Amino acid sequence: MKPKTLQSLSRWLGILSTLLAIPAWTLIVRVSGLPKFILPSPVDVWLRFLKALNDGSLLYHTGITLSEIVLGLLAGVTFATMVGYALAKSRALEKVLSPYLVASQAIPVIAIAPLLVIWLGDGILSKVVICALIVFFPVLVNTIVGVRAVPTALYDMMYSLRANRWQILLKLELPASLPVLLGGLRIGATLSVIGAIVGELVDAEQGLGFLLQLGDFQYDTSMVFVAVFTLIALALSLYGVVTLLEKRFLKWQS
Amino acid sequence: MSSSNGNLHALQDISFDVAQREFICFLGPSGSGKTTLLRVLAGLLQPTSGRVNFIRHQHPKIGMVFQQASLMPWRTVMDNIKLPLELDGFNQHKARKKAREMIELVGLQGFEDSLPRDLSGGMAQRVGIARALIHDPDLLLLDEPFASLDALTRERMWMELSRIWQAKQKTVIMVTHSINESLFLADRVLVLTQRPGKIKMDMEVDLPRPRMDDIRYTSHFGKLAKKLRAAIE
Repeated sequence: MKPKTLQSLSRWLGILSTLLAIPAWTLIVRVSGLPKFILPSPVDVWLRFLKALNDGSLLYHTGITLSEIVLGLLAGVTFATMVGYALAKSRALEKVLSPYLVASQAIPVIAIAPLLVIWLGDGILSKVVICALIVFFPVLVNTIVGVRAVPTALYDMMYSLRANRWQILLKLELPASLPVLLGGLRIGATLSVIGAIVGELVDAEQGLGFLLQLGDFQYDTSMVFVAVFTLIALALSLYGVVTLLEKRFLKWQS
Repeated sequence: MSSSNGNLHALQDISFDVAQREFICFLGPSGSGKTTLLRVLAGLLQPTSGRVNFIRHQHPKIGMVFQQASLMPWRTVMDNIKLPLELDGFNQHKARKKAREMIELVGLQGFEDSLPRDLSGGMAQRVGIARALIHDPDLLLLDEPFASLDALTRERMWMELSRIWQAKQKTVIMVTHSINESLFLADRVLVLTQRPGKIKMDMEVDLPRPRMDDIRYTSHFGKLAKKLRAAIE
């Protein structure tokens, strides 16, 4: 079989297996006879989804969580690439800062999330900071690796043409390290979703984490499912955006 | 000038002049500091003592061709070739026009939009040569540009380079460890000794131009080659 047909076949298989989960799930609900507040059926979840969509609550809370994720991701990535670039360029700076960086990685962000909420309030800011912190380290490491991997031969070529620092950054270092940078963004995007939910579960008045907890408290288990599926959709979309960026900018690699 | 790196003394008391539009070639065994010499000339390395004087400008425009073509893998042939013009702030339209001329000069028509990964070694090196010439440099530096090519491609590239040099009339300094290469291309061959490299011989190559492939089988070529071979030992 040609690789192309094989590829489209495997895609259909993926969709098929996802669709098969729905009757399987319905069957489990029927056979086990579990009450709705323990395991709602797909139909219950679908109806709850439509209700949340119609009264606007789902979109509102999704919007809040999405802005936390995106703002946190942007802040974390911006800060991490700047620090990472400086570290990649200066061994001395790396020696000075690396104990702090490694120590900071030893503290799980989840453990200090309550502190951040106490200090920064239960609004959007504390969640953005949690996202940024959780995203920071992997993006930092990828930036260092990416910039250090730029071939010295290409630096020589640029220097022989008397390129200035700015040109070397924009025309050499950025494009050369882009594959690794986007790899960092991919990890960061997934982690950022986790950061936002962790922050919201600690304490929040809005967002999907709040909705999740509300559903839990009110025995509205269908709502919990709706929130979880929305989160999955969010994470997949972010992942998709990064994949699109890779397709657009890394054509030369494939 | 001299150049050393830590305990390594790569070059010692090297002194030479190049005339405008002259093609000179440094010939030496590996470890004679040939590449160090070119890096000093290109300004990539400061000599430990001594200096490089250029008569017309103290900072001449330099085009350099490297052992490995050193192309940017994310740029197409066209975009790799016009890089020097981009760095000089040319507008896109002018840069592309000039790049198209260079592509024609090195015979890569039809490959404008190819990526380096799709090029053979010889083609990649042609791109390297086009890139080194596009900004009309005062001095062209060639660092064993054909060392990584197979023998047949290498000989074809000599012809190409010879033709391009005739067309462009640049001052060229090349380093190589191939006697045939240096004789076929250069006006003057300077033989370097083992590290620390010193100039052992400075020989005029009085072969007529334009040089064609069969010149390598003449007795005069053989005599010159023998002289160089003896000097390297």
